[in-house]
Amino acid sequence: MRLKGTDIFIKYLKEEGVEVIFGYPGGSALPIYDALYDSDIRHVLVRHEQGAAHAADAYARATGKVGVCLATSGPGATNLVTGIANAYMDSVPMVAFTGQVAVPLIGKDAFQEIDITGITLPITKHNYLVKDTRDLARVIKEAFYIARTNRPGPVLVDLPRDVMTAEIEFSEEDVRMSLRGYRVLKNANAGQVLMAAKAIEEAKRPLIYAGGGVVSSGAAAELKELAEKMEIPVTTTLMGMGSFPATSHLYLGMLGMHGTRYANYAVSECDLLIAIGARFDDRVTGNLASFAPRARVIHIDIDAAEIGKNVQSHIPIVGDVKQVLREIIRRLKARPGRTEWHELIDSWKEDFPLTYSESPDDGQIMPQYVIEKIYEITEGNAIITTEVGQHQMWTAQYYKFVQPRTFITSGGLGTMGFGLPAAIGAQIGCPDKKVINIAGDGSIQMNIQEMCTAVEQKLPIVICILNNQYLGMVRQWQQLFYEGRYSYTDISLQPDFVRLAEAYGAVGMRVTKKSEVEPALRRALQETERPVMIDFRVAREANVFPMVPPGESLQNMLGGDSSQ
Amino acid sequence: MKHTLSVTVDNHPGVLARVATLFRRRGYNIESLCVGRTEEPSISRMTIVVDGDENVLEQVTKQLHKLVEVCKIMDITSEESVDRELALFKVKAEPQVRAEIMQIVDIFRAHIVDIGRKTLIIEVTGDEGKINAMEDSLRPFGIIEMVRTGKVAMVRGPKT
Repeated sequence: MRLKGTDIFIKYLKEEGVEVIFGYPGGSALPIYDALYDSDIRHVLVRHEQGAAHAADAYARATGKVGVCLATSGPGATNLVTGIANAYMDSVPMVAFTGQVAVPLIGKDAFQEIDITGITLPITKHNYLVKDTRDLARVIKEAFYIARTNRPGPVLVDLPRDVMTAEIEFSEEDVRMSLRGYRVLKNANAGQVLMAAKAIEEAKRPLIYAGGGVVSSGAAAELKELAEKMEIPVTTTLMGMGSFPATSHLYLGMLGMHGTRYANYAVSECDLLIAIGARFDDRVTGNLASFAPRARVIHIDIDAAEIGKNVQSHIPIVGDVKQVLREIIRRLKARPGRTEWHELIDSWKEDFPLTYSESPDDGQIMPQYVIEKIYEITEGNAIITTEVGQHQMWTAQYYKFVQPRTFITSGGLGTMGFGLPAAIGAQIGCPDKKVINIAGDGSIQMNIQEMCTAVEQKLPIVICILNNQYLGMVRQWQQLFYEGRYSYTDISLQPDFVRLAEAYGAVGMRVTKKSEVEPALRRALQETERPVMIDFRVAREANVFPMVPPGESLQNMLGGDSSQ
Repeated sequence: MKHTLSVTVDNHPGVLARVATLFRRRGYNIESLCVGRTEEPSISRMTIVVDGDENVLEQVTKQLHKLVEVCKIMDITSEESVDRELALFKVKAEPQVRAEIMQIVDIFRAHIVDIGRKTLIIEVTGDEGKINAMEDSLRPFGIIEMVRTGKVAMVRGPKT
């Protein structure tokens, strides 16, 4: 059978079950776009390539499928870089395709030629430059396989123009993956599993610390079973939110820099820390030397390189979280009484609840209040995306996530501008869900052009801007650690977000009083075909508390105590 | 402490860049790195000498394993192995000292591979210690230029 590169491309994308591509055309990608014109694969035209990468990333997080984005060579490819890095840091399965100049021009500094495989070496799980049409089918198969297996991650495939236009004699039987050095992890070490089960049975003050690995391995049910069967309290990382129902009495909320006091105290006092699909990030541990000082550590992760990277564990288990948890649960017997431990935690919950003070200015909106209302109205059933900053932390603190894949946020890279394109990707992946982007007035302006994409795709996403006219998180640090010198964080000169939304063809609203918050949200959530942007004017200098100052140990938190 | 890793990788363009990028990115020090193809043309072998403690070495090994094109990694530091390095020395060699230099060359079982009017090029093969000793012995005569290949190594016996 004679096939062109572009025919093989479309054929193998469909083979991988790709239903939607987020992309932006350009010179080197012309042959690919010509093929897409006749294809039934849905193409979502973004307005900037960064938006394509974030949308594909969020599509993957919301659905569990591999997200796909596409850009042209040169600037198209480099515009994907932040989005690829974002997916890499949060271990999201994604395949990024880039156009490239024709093979004879590579290395000649041709127009819109850039070494994108070189640029993305440290931010991809793997990448390919396809120099021969005969390799194309195999590479596509391998790219998807690598992206979704073991610890997921982004894979980039660079596609020179002439490779896509060349016609070859093609036979499906010849397409075989050739991944000698890549093995998908099978069963975990049974001896280690047994040791873990024993340690869990014997512990007096155990604590589960669950991360994004629980979500990506689909192990929420197993986590719940383990926690409930053995009555173990659970704290989650930012990436782990939704892996355990926040409504459970065993839930302690997030740990770390902006974690709850009771979660951080529990880490400091526990005698067994069960880290599941988490990587002991500095925002979680604070000062490493004083992190979980009394605890033996069980560390379960699919990536062997995470074991011992930041914290030495006593019982490391390399394996898929879901399988490992099943094995552990199977071996667990008696549950010893741990009433003292639970009483201690309950007393902390009582003494140091997560709370904020009302604004002295009557009727002024506190940002946390907006998030509480969003939770109340959606009953925790929405998909929430965020940008990065104060609003993101408040969302993690005040929205009760009960299902995995409902909180889509940029954890590792901390990418401002993620939330709006992410909402687009999530809504396209989950058309029946309500999708809300909680944003700051700084972040929303970083990928604001994607409003156009949302309008064009008729997506009823709701964008809630918690507008304090500051780059709030940076301002908070300046207030606390730089003597209130607000160096370049006042952004009170800003567009009129209501008119801006309307200019894009979306619905714009402004809310300035507390009493208007709920009606506005209810109205926004009724839209079915248009995005709604709500400009919530909130207290300007509200801070995210509690807070562990950078480099401090988790016990030394600012704010959120009874004195507040 | 120095460790010697024997790493087999797919013989693809760009593999060396991936390994080098990994070391740079994670801040590991490469003491030396040798790469060439093996008896199986589709596979290359890298002999990497890394400086670092046990924790560093464990991380290096695990991170290397994550590279899709890395097939197998052996830490052969504590294995019975044959280690070899090749070095070329260009030394000052006026006629009156040539005899003395040639004596040193004999002792080290090295070879003189080029003779100029005032210089000699000496080729020596051996483990790191021998090359270092050779360097020390030649230094009094004046080393004009030195080049070392870095270490290649192979485990003794049937093990591969």
